[in-house]
Amino acid sequence: MVELARITKSACRTPQGLVGLVLVTFVTIVAFGGPFVAPHSATEFVTAPFAQPSGDALLGGDVLGRDVFSRLLEGGWLLLILSLVGTLLGVAAGTVLGIVAAYFRGFGDTLVMRSVDVIMAVPELVLALVLLSVLGPELWLIVFAIALSHAPRTARVIRATSLDICERDFVKARRATGVHPIRIMLSDIGPNVSTPVLVEFGLRIPWSIALIAGLSFLGFGLQPPDPNWGAMINENRIALIENPWPVIVPAFVLALLTVGANLFADAMGSAAKNPTMEKETVDKGAAS
Amino acid sequence: MSTSTHAIAPARVTRRPALRLRRAPILRLILERVAWGTLTLLIVSFLVFMATSVLPGNVATSVLGNLATPESVTSLEEQLGLNDPALERYWQWLTSAVQGEFGSSLANGASVTTFVVPRIINSLVLVTLAGIVSSLLGVGLGLMCAVYRNRPFDRVISGVVLGLASMPAFVVGVLLVVVFSTTVFHWFPAISTIPPEISPLSDPTKLVLPVLTLVVVTVPYITRMLRAVAIEALESDYAEMAVLKGVSTRRLLFSHVLPNTVAPIVQVIGVCLSFMAGGVVIVEALFNFPGAGSRLVEAVSARDIPVIQAITVAMTVFYIFINVATDAIALVATPRVRFPQS
Amino acid sequence: MTDIHSVRLRVEGLSVGLADAQTSYVIKDIDLELHAGQVLALVGESGSGKSTLGLALLGYARGGLDVRQGTVRIDGQQMLALSASELRAARGAVVAYVPQDPGTALNPARRIGRQLREIMEMRGWTRERVNQRLQQLLTEVGLDNIEHVLTAFPHQLSGGQQQRVALAMSFACRPQLIVLDEPTTGLDVATQQRILETIDHLCETYGVAAVYISHDLAVVEQIADQVAVMYAGEIVEYGPTREVLAAPRHPYTQALLRAQPSPDGSRTMAGIPGLPPRIEDRHIGCVFTPRCHLAISECASERPPVIEVTPERDYRCWIDEPLPRPVEEVRRTRHVSARAEGERPALEVKNLNASYGDKAVLNDLAFRVPAGECVAIVGESGSGKSTLSRCLVGLHENWSGAIEFEGIGLSHQIRQRPREVLKRMQFVFQNPYASLNPRLTIAATLTQQVRHFSICSPAELPSVLVQSMHNARLAEETLRKYPHELSGGERQRVAVARALVAEPSVLICDEVTSALDVSVQASIVSLLAELQRERAMSMVFVTHNLALVRTIAHRVIVMANGRIVEQGDTTSVFESPQEDYTRSLLEMTMSASADLLALHPSTDCNHALEFETDRISNLNSSASGMEEPWPTSTSF
Repeated sequence: MVELARITKSACRTPQGLVGLVLVTFVTIVAFGGPFVAPHSATEFVTAPFAQPSGDALLGGDVLGRDVFSRLLEGGWLLLILSLVGTLLGVAAGTVLGIVAAYFRGFGDTLVMRSVDVIMAVPELVLALVLLSVLGPELWLIVFAIALSHAPRTARVIRATSLDICERDFVKARRATGVHPIRIMLSDIGPNVSTPVLVEFGLRIPWSIALIAGLSFLGFGLQPPDPNWGAMINENRIALIENPWPVIVPAFVLALLTVGANLFADAMGSAAKNPTMEKETVDKGAAS
Repeated sequence: MSTSTHAIAPARVTRRPALRLRRAPILRLILERVAWGTLTLLIVSFLVFMATSVLPGNVATSVLGNLATPESVTSLEEQLGLNDPALERYWQWLTSAVQGEFGSSLANGASVTTFVVPRIINSLVLVTLAGIVSSLLGVGLGLMCAVYRNRPFDRVISGVVLGLASMPAFVVGVLLVVVFSTTVFHWFPAISTIPPEISPLSDPTKLVLPVLTLVVVTVPYITRMLRAVAIEALESDYAEMAVLKGVSTRRLLFSHVLPNTVAPIVQVIGVCLSFMAGGVVIVEALFNFPGAGSRLVEAVSARDIPVIQAITVAMTVFYIFINVATDAIALVATPRVRFPQS
Repeated sequence: MTDIHSVRLRVEGLSVGLADAQTSYVIKDIDLELHAGQVLALVGESGSGKSTLGLALLGYARGGLDVRQGTVRIDGQQMLALSASELRAARGAVVAYVPQDPGTALNPARRIGRQLREIMEMRGWTRERVNQRLQQLLTEVGLDNIEHVLTAFPHQLSGGQQQRVALAMSFACRPQLIVLDEPTTGLDVATQQRILETIDHLCETYGVAAVYISHDLAVVEQIADQVAVMYAGEIVEYGPTREVLAAPRHPYTQALLRAQPSPDGSRTMAGIPGLPPRIEDRHIGCVFTPRCHLAISECASERPPVIEVTPERDYRCWIDEPLPRPVEEVRRTRHVSARAEGERPALEVKNLNASYGDKAVLNDLAFRVPAGECVAIVGESGSGKSTLSRCLVGLHENWSGAIEFEGIGLSHQIRQRPREVLKRMQFVFQNPYASLNPRLTIAATLTQQVRHFSICSPAELPSVLVQSMHNARLAEETLRKYPHELSGGERQRVAVARALVAEPSVLICDEVTSALDVSVQASIVSLLAELQRERAMSMVFVTHNLALVRTIAHRVIVMANGRIVEQGDTTSVFESPQEDYTRSLLEMTMSASADLLALHPSTDCNHALEFETDRISNLNSSASGMEEPWPTSTSF
């Protein structure tokens, strides 16, 4: 926890981290606060299809004549929540797998890593599509698909870090005093991978958002008539020339969100890489 | 009396290169990867088959749609062999798949292989072009960023690249369309209208935006990786030693730094290419490009199982191939692996 | 061949500091002079700035550092005033550098031949000339099988071979000056010797002047004509090697000499209390003041002047007269006691064979560790001593034979050993930088151990922790710190404290000083010896450094190639080794230090070693009545 606070603070101090944080906050506010300030309901027919922006419909009308602005405000929160939950599950599962594989090595390690290879052999989007085609566009399935795409990759990264930690003398010392493996994994290895885990989480959120929005764009994610940014882009594409706003604005908002999340996560990652906690030497300095 | 435990026996007399290759452990490593890859492919094909054909809902019902009556459903099930045991069906499917036969499309009855193959080729063209442009651009930018690290050039490029790195492919595509096709400029067509049989190369303008989208999405990773690896090389002891020997910057970069970056770069490019296998789905859908990705989307909408299976397997083959190829190149480019300590 | 008396290198007023801290300095006011064919040694510990100085002679400063002022003249040519391309031309041809770690300094992706040719081809030599020179070079540095070496990649060569290649690279264009940065670190004693001889020979043959950077005074004595002792970026003493090492005038030089272990045990080792100051902390006055036991009031307030002893010798200090000889501690050797028959040894190993996969690493080992004694296990790398300690501890399971702890057979797997046994057999590892959990405070790490073995109740915990700090001679505040805030020596003490808190009867120390500076090694070994004596603990002390053995061990076991070559009590093994291997090991370790010792006829030291009988079985120390204090170091 101390470490998390430290790298978050460090990340906020860099210009890049600050920009990222601002962007993410802005979009989050729009997404979660939006529904409360939307002038119209997202499914109400307000104006003519693809009407130009007017006083009543600030961004004009969409393909069916609904208020683009209201749909924008209401189209984000579900997306964000699903992304967060999916990423959380995926990263957690991946972390556990990675640590276990690194600690036990041998057969268990091979098994986990080969399974990871199998899941990763199918591109994530395709995997999600196949699952959705089979079981239908259920919300829980979307979350599951996201978790499934993050778990193997996280497992790989965390396994690499854990391998290094397991080789260190302090873990060997704990093993040699007969401490139970699970306790070692929880109290010795776990805290030492907390930083990479956090960074992985931060870096994967944009991908989850992209995946859900992408699925929605293709028509497989969250179903109409509920608004969501991905679907909005798709359904309004045909009249890009008449009223570009229903396409441009959601795209832009998605861009801001993903870029912001990435910037901030990357800043956290850099802060984690120059950590005081891992500083090797005090006396054997650079100038010797 | 010598107590040196580091003494290495004088090397065996240099043999002819051909013999050495036979003993090369690196060949074994590569073959190992090929074997694992094949195994993975089998497992994936099994899982995909099970997931699509065996488990869920009623294939026959969804195919017949409105025409579904209990009798027609039953007879279609018989016809499609849906009542046979699962493993048997898998085996049948597998044996014909290996021969290139994936059955008939449930949507239009045509042979899957015949109309999917040209699409796959189109997608390959797209991915290859994007891969080449991406690699060249990424390596060039990354190298320059490393050389001018922490100076304005580096900061700007790194910042831009970082921002682009996370944008969803379709967002990038849409924004590109908006900028280059509809609103700002009108250079490139937003949608491709080529029928699938004709090579997309016949009308290059239609290729530009899709390729550009894929490039924008993958260049950041290559740039960042090359920058990181090049900086590590530039700040290494051997780079310092080279400087202390008096080598020029150009020689330092090309003769000392680049050879040490080959392995990680090849792997990153591999990752980008395999990413594109999936990314191509959205990009093709966006630009209505007649490739395997857009076909897959259609198939998923229509629950056209054989097509889904065929394309998924094709993508997996591509992914595994890329993985094995890049691993092999990376291994060869790593002297430590190629010539283990004698 | 240039005139042997001509000045090859002249450095005046050289100062290098941090680029973004204008008032800081890494090296300050360096003045040097070197003639053709001479070797100057730069001696100092980590942080002294010796590497920075060496690199500055090539006109090079590592990232973040700037040359502030001063001149470096090689044969009259001002190196620091050259343009970039002139500097590039000069490097390699006028002045060359031999790196400390050839393993990382050679490009891993390029063959050796390529890297060697590069230096010459860059300067436009013909193919033929290059090939000729290559043949000559490689033979000169003592590499045979030239074809193999040229086509090899660096990782295919041994450490010794790599260093020879590095030497060849530096001599390729016959430069005027060579800077060698600790070129024999990490090499075993035999290879070290041969490399030194090669360097000597090359310098003589080509009249090259050499600057030899080292922290090892024994090597310096052997190879250098002049020595400059550096501390915290300044040269504190300078002059002909023999004179400086025989009768040092600066307190630091003297302390450094005292901290060197002597293999025959005629002197105790004494660590230097405190730490060298960091760059930010270098204050006015003499930079050595905080650690100097002879400091007077001027030392803290004003920078000491340079005092000239002879025209070739000077030093920077406020003390204008010869230093008093240090009082040598009476040396007590560990002597094996006669003991009651049938007393159970703390550890006994019988017929131990161990392997990694198919490869046999240990062959038929048998020895015992009597209760209350310290047994040293000595061997070079590859001898199997590390595998042995891992078997004892339980981290290596692939062994056969018997390991008995106080008569109880130990199982291969840690999880099957009784908890009581695990508790009473503790160990300290080699790498202080990896032996503590970076996320836990010292108190937390120790608490983990306490809780695991249920050593005390929660109420007693605080006092147990404080006591453990005292045992390791650490300040109480250390408990609140994280490992990264401590130095290597302090971390190693924490590791010792962690082991002690379980109140072990056997302590296994695996190369616990290898990663530490010389002055720190001394204090850790003293601490261990003291603790061993106080608690009547049995100890297994694994090391490659013979010189440490005599200070701490009652018995010694010499290993090579997975077998025990010789074992016996320390005195006998050192004074009358039975086996050739032992003899040559002793010889090599001692010859490096023998000359050094010859300069120090320790007349105050009691050569007639006092034998004290340690009767552990009835803890009766009245047998000899001598309770000599061990030299204690305060914070180190």
